[in-house]
Amino acid sequence: MALELSVSLARGPLSLQVTCTLPTRGVTALFGRSGSGKTTLLRCIAGLERLPARVCFDGVLWQDARHFVPTHARGVGYVFQEASLFPHRDVRGNLAYALQRQPAGAGGMQLEEVVGLLGLTALMSQRVQELSGGERQRVAIARALLASPRLLLMDEPLSSLDEQSKAEILPHLTRLHETLAIPVIYVSHSIGEVMRLADHLALLQEGRVREVGAMAELLTRADLPLGIGEHRGAVLSGVIDSHEPRYHLSYVHVSGGLLAVSLLESAPGKAVRVRIDARDVSLTLRQPEQTSITNVLPAMLVDLTPEADPAQTLVRLRIGEQLLLARITRRSAEQLALAPGMALYAQIKSVALMDP
Amino acid sequence: MSSADLLALAISLRLAALTTVLLILLCTPLAWWLATARSRWRVPVNALVSLPLVLPPTVLGFYLLVFMGPQGPLGRALAAVSLPSPAFSFSGLVIGSMLYSLPFVVQPLRDAFAGVGSRVLEVAATLRASPFDRFVSVALPLASRGFLTAAVLAFAHTLGEFGVVLMIGGNIPGRTQTASIAIFNHTESLDYSSANHLSATLVIIALVLLLAVHAGRRDREVQPWRWN
Repeated sequence: MALELSVSLARGPLSLQVTCTLPTRGVTALFGRSGSGKTTLLRCIAGLERLPARVCFDGVLWQDARHFVPTHARGVGYVFQEASLFPHRDVRGNLAYALQRQPAGAGGMQLEEVVGLLGLTALMSQRVQELSGGERQRVAIARALLASPRLLLMDEPLSSLDEQSKAEILPHLTRLHETLAIPVIYVSHSIGEVMRLADHLALLQEGRVREVGAMAELLTRADLPLGIGEHRGAVLSGVIDSHEPRYHLSYVHVSGGLLAVSLLESAPGKAVRVRIDARDVSLTLRQPEQTSITNVLPAMLVDLTPEADPAQTLVRLRIGEQLLLARITRRSAEQLALAPGMALYAQIKSVALMDP
Repeated sequence: MSSADLLALAISLRLAALTTVLLILLCTPLAWWLATARSRWRVPVNALVSLPLVLPPTVLGFYLLVFMGPQGPLGRALAAVSLPSPAFSFSGLVIGSMLYSLPFVVQPLRDAFAGVGSRVLEVAATLRASPFDRFVSVALPLASRGFLTAAVLAFAHTLGEFGVVLMIGGNIPGRTQTASIAIFNHTESLDYSSANHLSATLVIIALVLLLAVHAGRRDREVQPWRWN
């Protein structure tokens, strides 16, 4: 099951030549710089923009040269950059608008469920004009969910918010990601948001889709511009294994071993993501003894890529079923005679937790 | 007030009410089209609709009379199906008033619909609302202030009009003589007291209408609309 998309458009400075198949499971990030055509593409999927395109969702033709299913019949939820709540209705009224139009027997989400998920209980009788930016966006997301969409489209829902509102809303988005059964396409130009929320990634560059694939895997591809500034890193998914309050540590089980991180509040069993910067990973051929580094995982070398800085080399490693990046000097790579397929150990100096 | 004056006042109020209701019904789709369509006909239609604003009422009344009179195209067409000509009748007054007050209804409605903006309508579409549903559930309530303005303007404007009703109606007491024509008649015959009574009544009606508009606006600002 997938979303097949092909768009061909030349309008002013924007030229879109897109042919791609996006997965309809989990969260797919549509990632690219501003002006790369992400929003236009999303509006086309929703049918808000009538472009020369072919759109086919899970085998149902939404649009081609002859057919056009209008937005209201596509069953897509859409969260706009600015919340766009109905100003003539209060929070409850905004949510009711969606609920009343939920198709009968859709088995969609219940009001209480969505309200709880997005923490709106205390806001229900408020006027939308009284809400903060973060609250508005949460209401908008809840409203989109209550129409029980088959596909949820989110157009940079955090970009119009200040840092504090972003921090307030991100945990809700992460929670949505864990509980939502419907596929999400999430437009963003922030690699941080993508690392935290996405399962898949479609990289858009100058109106073309350059690559579609698993987010964690594309992140480690040296040929794709997916670093945080200069810094490349990998994202590993895992589950909280146990806590050790005596050392103020928690252990996260990732495929390939256990990672120690600063003590977490969540209970064991909760899914978490961690980010590991390439410059925080060093390599050793033998299992190190008497080292201060806590996190040492056995790894298999996948490939080596020269960095922009000629002194450095980027090494891709496989840890269990996940990928990790290490940034080492070219000299070390030669001295250790690193080659694809080698078994070695990755020493991880710092692990950043992506979920609160 | 004499019974003739009361009758004239009743005719004025009936004319204004009927004109207002018919104009709102007619102009809602027209204003929606003017606010949202991307047709090349939009500009000429806009100009045509605004024409009564700049036309002298007597000119409008004159051409309407020619058009609707027994010898005019409409009069003949109606005579062919054994219907009376609308000239010098109440229905003629309604037609004339509607034309004359048309811009006072179309413009506020058009501006109100344009002020609704496309974003909330797009949101409604993604919440499975059909075009008609979006119009009723989003555009109409958000444009409600425009409807109030349009209705009051149409009513007040019709109540006060003179030139068109005189030309088309012909000042027939009990049938087409409106309050404003009755005032003119009293003044002509130097009966200032009767003219004063009718005039003062019109002033009070106008004041009450304006108060209603302002009260309605303050209401909107203080209280949110609650739907469920």
